[in-house]
Amino acid sequence: MTNNERLVTAFASSLNIDASQVVDELEYNTIPQWDSVAHMVLVAALEKEFDVMLDMDDIIEMSSVKIAKEILAKHDVAF
Amino acid sequence: MSDWKSIEVFGLAKAEKQAWLLGQLNRLTRHHQAHCQPYANLLAGQGQQEGAAESLNAVPYVAARLFKMLRLSSTLPDNVFKTLTSSGTTSQVKSQIFLDRDTAALQSKVLVSLLSSFTGKARRPMLIVDHDGLTGDKAGFSARGAGVQGLSFLGRDHTYALNSDMTPNWPVIDDFMAKYANEPVLIFGFTFMVWQHFIQPLIASGRSNQLPQALLFHSGGWKKLQDQAVSNDTFKTTVRQALGEQVAIHNFYGMVEQIGSVFVECEQGHLHAPTYADVLIRDQETLAEQCEGEIGLIQVLSFIPTSYPGHSILTEDLGRLLGEDNCLCGRKGRYFEVLGRLPKTEVRGCSDVF
Repeated sequence: MTNNERLVTAFASSLNIDASQVVDELEYNTIPQWDSVAHMVLVAALEKEFDVMLDMDDIIEMSSVKIAKEILAKHDVAF
Repeated sequence: MSDWKSIEVFGLAKAEKQAWLLGQLNRLTRHHQAHCQPYANLLAGQGQQEGAAESLNAVPYVAARLFKMLRLSSTLPDNVFKTLTSSGTTSQVKSQIFLDRDTAALQSKVLVSLLSSFTGKARRPMLIVDHDGLTGDKAGFSARGAGVQGLSFLGRDHTYALNSDMTPNWPVIDDFMAKYANEPVLIFGFTFMVWQHFIQPLIASGRSNQLPQALLFHSGGWKKLQDQAVSNDTFKTTVRQALGEQVAIHNFYGMVEQIGSVFVECEQGHLHAPTYADVLIRDQETLAEQCEGEIGLIQVLSFIPTSYPGHSILTEDLGRLLGEDNCLCGRKGRYFEVLGRLPKTEVRGCSDVF
């Protein structure tokens, strides 16, 4: 799997949404499934999938799929 | 006007802080006048025309109980994505706080900025002294659920210490303690629940000193502990007996009407106003501002809320201002103590109700 596919899978399973919904433009708190509770599930899933540890600023800033990629890129995960 | 992120959490002395916060509060008063008709009516009834207070004590305030009586929202119903309710028993009317995305996001960011000044930016393994299942409803949270959710951003490996009947979940607690015995961890719970459902059972079971690097945040009010004659000092001594001598313990004062800008207890045992918020004490009869040392009603100010007119609220809590800019802990700003609830008002406290 490519890193992008791994990310899409992590988002889809954490938020319980279809993989087709996981696009760069998808934003935090714009769909009922991606609320603050699901956000912590998502963070844990991304950390496990990419073996990274995100700090508080990272998870606060992670307000879209696009930004999630940028934050993971800071942790040396290339997209 | 400086962005809040560029301002140190406890870094501004009186004059600078008032200049910044007053500008923010006047902006919010005008915003809510324009977007919340009941609020505009309230101000008009008090003879307040413009959001142009010249000092913090002139910023108009809304009595906390009005959030129970009126639908106070400054955003369109379609933009409300979460409604917070105060706890309170079934016989009582609950406050309703309407959040849109911007206000909710700002609450989270401010809370993390504020509390991480105590914990550091690394997310610690987190033990939550509550049961899993508080935050299941997507549309709304209780005050307790909102508190747990807000603090969860500070942690990782979130572990719920209690079963749904409030008994300790020992296998889970023992696992957590074994795994993180030598690491900084974060513990959060409501004051009474931490005492009654975690610390007391820990001591009774003979477990001690198993999370020596813990930092405990707790909130929700002291009423039930005062009824048992448990003071803050006794609370701290007992928590340290149970978890470890070096455990850091910080109470904080906050309410569902102003999530985000909470008032955290420092090492000296004083509650501190961060740069983003402030407190005033008012005489409970005349509502005139009280001097340092005098007891009165606590008014809380916050630069956060745009979706509801909650930037200046007169609470039903009694407190006393202890000082400003000169606490021995080194933090700038006002520090104070909370002395309980105004008699004759309904009993309310986040941790009083299951």
